[in-house]
Amino acid sequence: MRLEPKPAPSLFISLSYPVLAILATFIIAAVLVMIAGAEPFSVFYLVFKGAAGSQFALLETLTRATPLIFTGLAIAVAFRAKLWNIGAEAQLYAGAVMVVLLGTGAISAPPIIMIPIIIAGAMLAGALLLLGPAILKVRFGVDEVVTTLLLNFIFLLVVSLLLEGPLKDPMGLGWPQSERIIADARLPRIIQGKRLHYGFIIAIASAVGVWIIMARTTLGYEMRSVGHNPEAAKFAGIPVNRVLVKTALLSGGLAALAGVSEVAGLKGNLTLDISPGFGYTGIVVAMLALLNPLGVVISAIFVAGIFVGADAMSRAAGVPSYISEVMVATALLCMVTAIMLTRYRIRWK
Amino acid sequence: MLIDAIEILFTTSLWVAAIRIASPLIFATMGELICERAGVLNLGIEGIMVSGAFTGWLTVYLGGDLWAGVLVAGLTGAMFGLLHGFLTVPLGLSQHVTGIGITLLATSLTYFTYRVALSDVTSPPKIDAFEPYAVPGLSEIPFLGEILFYQTPLTYFAYFIVALVSWGLYRTPLGLAVRAVGENPSAVEAQGISVTAIRVGAVMTGSALMAIGGAFLTMSSFNSFFFEMINGRGWICIALVVFGSWRPGKALLGAILFAAFDAYQIRLQQVTGGVVPYQLFLMMPYVLSILALIIVARRASYPKALMIPYQKGER
Repeated sequence: MRLEPKPAPSLFISLSYPVLAILATFIIAAVLVMIAGAEPFSVFYLVFKGAAGSQFALLETLTRATPLIFTGLAIAVAFRAKLWNIGAEAQLYAGAVMVVLLGTGAISAPPIIMIPIIIAGAMLAGALLLLGPAILKVRFGVDEVVTTLLLNFIFLLVVSLLLEGPLKDPMGLGWPQSERIIADARLPRIIQGKRLHYGFIIAIASAVGVWIIMARTTLGYEMRSVGHNPEAAKFAGIPVNRVLVKTALLSGGLAALAGVSEVAGLKGNLTLDISPGFGYTGIVVAMLALLNPLGVVISAIFVAGIFVGADAMSRAAGVPSYISEVMVATALLCMVTAIMLTRYRIRWK
Repeated sequence: MLIDAIEILFTTSLWVAAIRIASPLIFATMGELICERAGVLNLGIEGIMVSGAFTGWLTVYLGGDLWAGVLVAGLTGAMFGLLHGFLTVPLGLSQHVTGIGITLLATSLTYFTYRVALSDVTSPPKIDAFEPYAVPGLSEIPFLGEILFYQTPLTYFAYFIVALVSWGLYRTPLGLAVRAVGENPSAVEAQGISVTAIRVGAVMTGSALMAIGGAFLTMSSFNSFFFEMINGRGWICIALVVFGSWRPGKALLGAILFAAFDAYQIRLQQVTGGVVPYQLFLMMPYVLSILALIIVARRASYPKALMIPYQKGER
């Protein structure tokens, strides 16, 4: 068998294949649900109800989607330039640590000043964390996949060290957790009494901002050129290495905002479990969105819905909630296959 | 304290532990090496190790023989290898994205199966795992005998795999074909050999070894399965392949050195007696891996066709 390039796909084809990929994901999940001894349609109904069946469910899904939008954007930006940042998890925690450093009384100002300072500080921390692997890549040719992956483990231990040492909450009854950040440093809630916070608005604004950068600026053009063909980009006079470093700074900064969302928006303090793998799930979110920044918002809400819905379903139907992670991984593989099939035809001979 | 720290280096227990810690890494590193030599980066390694750790353990837990467990683990790995190979070789998908996808899929599918199969279990059950076996004669050699030949049979199997991979890659026509598809696939196709078949076969074989590496942890080390037990070992093996310049012998040496360091830091923790935070010690393996990559990166000679999909008829 071999692959044959197709002419430019029609809009119908380029939209229907991703839909088929999602459909395939649900079929595979249905098989697993049956293996687990439950009835697929009622399980999917429970997932849907848990994700969007009430105001509470919907708000919970949007709350969960917020950090995923940030990590999804971080990955979309990096992968567009073929900078394989698998370290969004660590960059998230770098941002979260910075929120705690700045937000527990080190500075005090009204929210209108405080929150921008926290956001800028966190983005700087995330950016610097990815700067290391980016420099190792462009200077020494060290593969960034492995360095960013290993940094996830290293940085989580750094956080553990901080939470048991300098950042430990003296009132925390010995738990490895930080002090709560001051009220002026918190992102306000969108609706009083509900968990959804302004991080969601910032996430949407970031998606629009990233879209403008990618589609309308020279940097965006350069990033896409470098990702498409680094040799040609170099030949066209684009400073490839400098573009990669800029991409890394942007990507790391965006991932760190997920840490801001979780600490300053949702939890109020830092623990070792603020992220159940948002950094890794961001890869799926970005790929499902075909690396489109605006699409990231939709795919993050979809993925968050599966997670939130599966948690609710698991309590009711007894199918392990890990089904959501299986679905997310399956969706990733189905989606990359679908994208390929919009561009190539398989010839079996 | 310094004297104590140096003395540890000369204890047999350190080196016995080093070989034990190295064993799963040896399997998985050889597995990744085969994949990469054939031109396919396999980032599924971390998840494939999780799946092998589970299925090997489950086989024994359900009453199977220990070696049957190893076989089942290997087959599980080969299945994920087939998926990774199919997606990246004939379909030519991004090896980075697919590999991460395989890791996420294998890990979540394992956890899901664990919960379905053992729904009422709170603490992970133990199995009767491989026991250390003193090789008659060889284990009598002073110092080295106890280190190398008083291990579990799965460690001896790891030695055998290194020998087999070295011999297979450099001394057989199949090995030549594997190395050639990683360097110059069109030349192989010109010989009438299918690049696709060789690459997919290599990824399946390599993935089987990764899974057996995972199974070592549940069947020869911890004797039970728990979540997050692979803990980045797969990523470390990818670094070890680069560190070993894609050669089995050097990669073996890297794995043992690495494991010795790991065993050493555990003992050093006891000597320093809580003065140095334990996280710094736990960090060392990952930091060491990155340092190793930086040291060798400049003179690393990647297989030339690594991560480049091959299409028949293209040049």
